[in-house]
Amino acid sequence: MISAYLDFIRIRFLMMLAYRVNYYSGIIIYAINIGAYYFMWRAIYGDAETLGGFTAMQMTTYVAVSWMARAFYFNNLDREISNEIRDGSVAVQMTRPISYLMVKAMQGFGEGLFRLLLFMAPGMVVVKLIFPIELPADPARWLVFFAMLWFSFVINTQLNIMTGLFAFFVENNQGLMNLKRIAIDLLSGVILPMSFFPEWARAILNWLPFQAITYLPSSVFTGRLNGADVGNALLVQIVWFAALLVPIAWMWRAARRRLFVQGG
Amino acid sequence: MRLAQTVSLFKEYIGNYIKTKLTYRADFWVEVMSDLMFSAMNLIFIFVVFRQTPALGDWSEAEVVFVYGYFMIPYGVFSTFSNLWNFSDRYITKGEMDRILTRPAGSLTQVMLENVDPPSLIGSLVGVGIMIAAWLKLGLPFHWYDPLVLIVLTLGSTMVYVGLYTALAAVSFFSDAPTGIVPLIYNIQNYGRYPVQIYNKAIRFLLTWLLPFAFVGVYPASFFLERHGDRATAWLTPLVGAAVLAFGLWVWRCGVRRYRGAGS
Repeated sequence: MISAYLDFIRIRFLMMLAYRVNYYSGIIIYAINIGAYYFMWRAIYGDAETLGGFTAMQMTTYVAVSWMARAFYFNNLDREISNEIRDGSVAVQMTRPISYLMVKAMQGFGEGLFRLLLFMAPGMVVVKLIFPIELPADPARWLVFFAMLWFSFVINTQLNIMTGLFAFFVENNQGLMNLKRIAIDLLSGVILPMSFFPEWARAILNWLPFQAITYLPSSVFTGRLNGADVGNALLVQIVWFAALLVPIAWMWRAARRRLFVQGG
Repeated sequence: MRLAQTVSLFKEYIGNYIKTKLTYRADFWVEVMSDLMFSAMNLIFIFVVFRQTPALGDWSEAEVVFVYGYFMIPYGVFSTFSNLWNFSDRYITKGEMDRILTRPAGSLTQVMLENVDPPSLIGSLVGVGIMIAAWLKLGLPFHWYDPLVLIVLTLGSTMVYVGLYTALAAVSFFSDAPTGIVPLIYNIQNYGRYPVQIYNKAIRFLLTWLLPFAFVGVYPASFFLERHGDRATAWLTPLVGAAVLAFGLWVWRCGVRRYRGAGS
């Protein structure tokens, strides 16, 4: 059973490998985006030592690692799922003796793994050469970061699955998918760390799952969170992971009752 | 004669466009909302950042917002008339270019009209609104000729876009493999949203003379800004636009001449 899921990871990984040329330009695109925000932040800092609790150096590192982490956790599972629901092929997948949602998650992981090895790793080297960033010296921090990165992927994938499953309930969930993508970019901390938001917005954002995707792992990586805070950050991610399982299970059950495939 | 023909063609295409869109009204609004959400995200970024810092380089918040408002206007016009994002896939790989070339109207005109996308114009209107709001906040003087200048500059900026993306679309005449160059340029374009003065010399040179994205945002917008008023550079906008457009059309023509069809 497990080996079937592992095969889904492997197949997606190999599929991505077949189209790897697209990814070389992707690395440059990410470097361009990081560059835009690097200059932006440099101008924002001006003579200021720290803003929102970040030093200028930490901020540059934050921007770089956040974009690179995004390469790993980003996937289009919402689109894939909603397409399969709309064209009805989800019905065929449901008859198989394996969990449809797990298969999707594994395919997403195969894609993420590919990007981690062939995109994020070389990308980080390129970024390190171009921009003044500071990598953590402590190996334990790297370890925690990778654990947190794993949860970034899981939580982002859960949100994608939920968005995709909405196609069962509404005719057109394109708008919802776009909204989700922008919400994740803005509210997870890729373009702006949470600590820059006004107090009232932060109070709300602390109760949303988005910060667990980028802000928490990147804050640990840059050394802004230390000691017990690191453990807390990891705990927040684990709690969100567990909490999001509930609506997914509920949606999936409700969806199966609604499913009605025309023709075939 | 040629122009009258194009205008009547335009009317026909718009008529067809409206008919299809009225069938799927929800999709229309989803598209509009998605465009606006992306701009809202960028504006939120600006607002949140300026809570931490009084100025970006020597640009105030209202000035940066003013530039962003201007940036939205030509971009909306360009996206309406020159929606070439899927050109390579639809016209070259699937061979629809053959159909275009058997007709008497200009090939680029037809491709543009087939993909006309009026909802994007709403982005331009929002841009005008943002500009007016920033204008009032800055207490800028209003001259009778300002609206006329705005129209001329908008046309210039739009020509920069159309020229560059036409040239890029025409690249697929020479190589039908996905080059990944369009997303690359698209991301560089984002640098034009903010004052180019915050970038280093090399990037400023690139944005002024090689990929003149500074002419779709900050240069023309600074015509109206008293403190940054550099009218000579602003007046270069229509000239640069004309030059880039001429280049784009030249590449297109070379491409069409080379085109041999997909062979199926």
